[in-house]
Amino acid sequence: MAKSRDHFRIGTGAGFSADRLDPALDLAKRGELDVLVMECLGERTVAFAHRDRMANPALGYNSHLERRMKVLLAPCREAGTRIITNMGAANPRAAAERTLAIARGLGLQGLRIACIEGDDVSRNVPRDTPMMDEPGTLADIDMPIVGMNAYLGAEAILPALEAGADVVIGGRLADPSMFLAPLAHRFGWSAEDTDRMGAGSLVGHLMECGMQITGGYFADPGFKDVPDLSQCGYPIAEVADDGSAVITKLPGTGGRVSTATVKEQLLYEVHDPARYLTPDVTADFSRVRVDAAGDDRVRVSGAAGRTRPTQLKVTVGFDAGFQGEAGVSYAGPGALERGRLAAQIVGERLRNVHRFNGPVRINVIGESSLFANAETPVADTQDVRLHVALRSRSKEDAETMLWEVESLLCCGPAGGGGFRGAIVPAVMTKSVLIDRQRVKPSMEMFVA
Amino acid sequence: MSAPRKNARRIVRDIAHARAGDKGNTSSVNIWVYDPADFELLKRSVTAERLKRTFPNVIRGKVERYVLENLHGLNFVLHDALEGGVNSSLNLDSHGKSWSYLILGLELADPPAAPGGAGR
Repeated sequence: MAKSRDHFRIGTGAGFSADRLDPALDLAKRGELDVLVMECLGERTVAFAHRDRMANPALGYNSHLERRMKVLLAPCREAGTRIITNMGAANPRAAAERTLAIARGLGLQGLRIACIEGDDVSRNVPRDTPMMDEPGTLADIDMPIVGMNAYLGAEAILPALEAGADVVIGGRLADPSMFLAPLAHRFGWSAEDTDRMGAGSLVGHLMECGMQITGGYFADPGFKDVPDLSQCGYPIAEVADDGSAVITKLPGTGGRVSTATVKEQLLYEVHDPARYLTPDVTADFSRVRVDAAGDDRVRVSGAAGRTRPTQLKVTVGFDAGFQGEAGVSYAGPGALERGRLAAQIVGERLRNVHRFNGPVRINVIGESSLFANAETPVADTQDVRLHVALRSRSKEDAETMLWEVESLLCCGPAGGGGFRGAIVPAVMTKSVLIDRQRVKPSMEMFVA
Repeated sequence: MSAPRKNARRIVRDIAHARAGDKGNTSSVNIWVYDPADFELLKRSVTAERLKRTFPNVIRGKVERYVLENLHGLNFVLHDALEGGVNSSLNLDSHGKSWSYLILGLELADPPAAPGGAGR
């Protein structure tokens, strides 16, 4: 890292598995970053990755890894920017080997790629482990387990940085830890310095969802307008040794960084603001200050922390069979009544003819779908869509439902059209806690 | 930010913005007033008890409210509010991303300020 400034500059190049690539390249080229973090794993994606790996042992990592690395490896090396990512998902070793091959193909001789493993704890968690946040144990779930991943913290990432990795690839690396680790490495923060662990975790928490702090997941026309959202830039954090930071983005990019975008992200997926648990610290965001510091610049300070939890969270994925979704549309006068009649017919057919009594949801989009259970007032509309979703261990149940919805074209209410249906594999996830001593992270370096 | 709509009931969206997130079967929604002068009105209007009472079939568990006085925001934790969570729910919006707008659509506690009055 040839940067001589006193702050450390981290950019986010992905905030979820399907996040955009071109703004990451913009950051890699113009960002003058010390580190580019790509956060690509959630409760849903890690479980699906396990299914991919079961189907093909060479897969199970992020499906966009290849394209991301082909585009980003060379410009990041040129800029002296390290990459840290959890794109390894359920198969970090395969992801590192694939990245190594891409680096060699690009002629990036000597590029150091660290692979972090040890988050897969499938063999270390007994079936009588109690569930987090709900009664019962893992043994109560009558479905095959596809994978178990413990959230790894900064201490799992630090050895790779100390060994001079240019690229760090792991599986279930905790989102904020991927930002905290390079800060602790650069500034020499000790794991016992809980306030700095809290401050670095705040930076990570704010940055981990990419554009959610630069105007994405924010725009509400007429109320919260965001300029040029189609060209939204990813965020940059300029972090000082005391852990305070300025959140900003590249000049010329779309989007907006304001106290409002920062505050919405500050508590995103947070429960008690004074007690945000990560593998590294019990972070306290309750006294954080958020201050405007110029155009698209917001200063955050005042995060604190207490002792880290003694246990680590583990995401357990189960094979839940199949999920089918299907729909038919109705428009014009009486569309709402015809859509409701279609919903009634499908419900009766599934129940009375096919004797299906598993989980199914039948809504009329345009009347009430997302808010169906909220019993909100009915909209006056002439363009509705029947939407049916069903989950079952049996693929045939899903196929039957799709067949029933399609049959409405000839057997249902008047004027129904536009049938579409799809069946996808279903996973279910639960969380448990295990003692951190039972999780043993490891690091291996591959050199191109 | 645009002015409140005329001749319409005032809703939470007229004074505040919000974001929803999910962890397992728990949804969390943070809400922030645009103008600190509206914070007391927000606190009066959106209470844990009101959310639980208004949406019993969405929020099956308890509701917790955290108040951030310094930043003029509220954080709600809605337990058992995602039909099992992102991998279990059959709602098209299995994350409950739209729960922010469920709350922003609630009417404010106070009647609209009189025209020309000391309304905010």
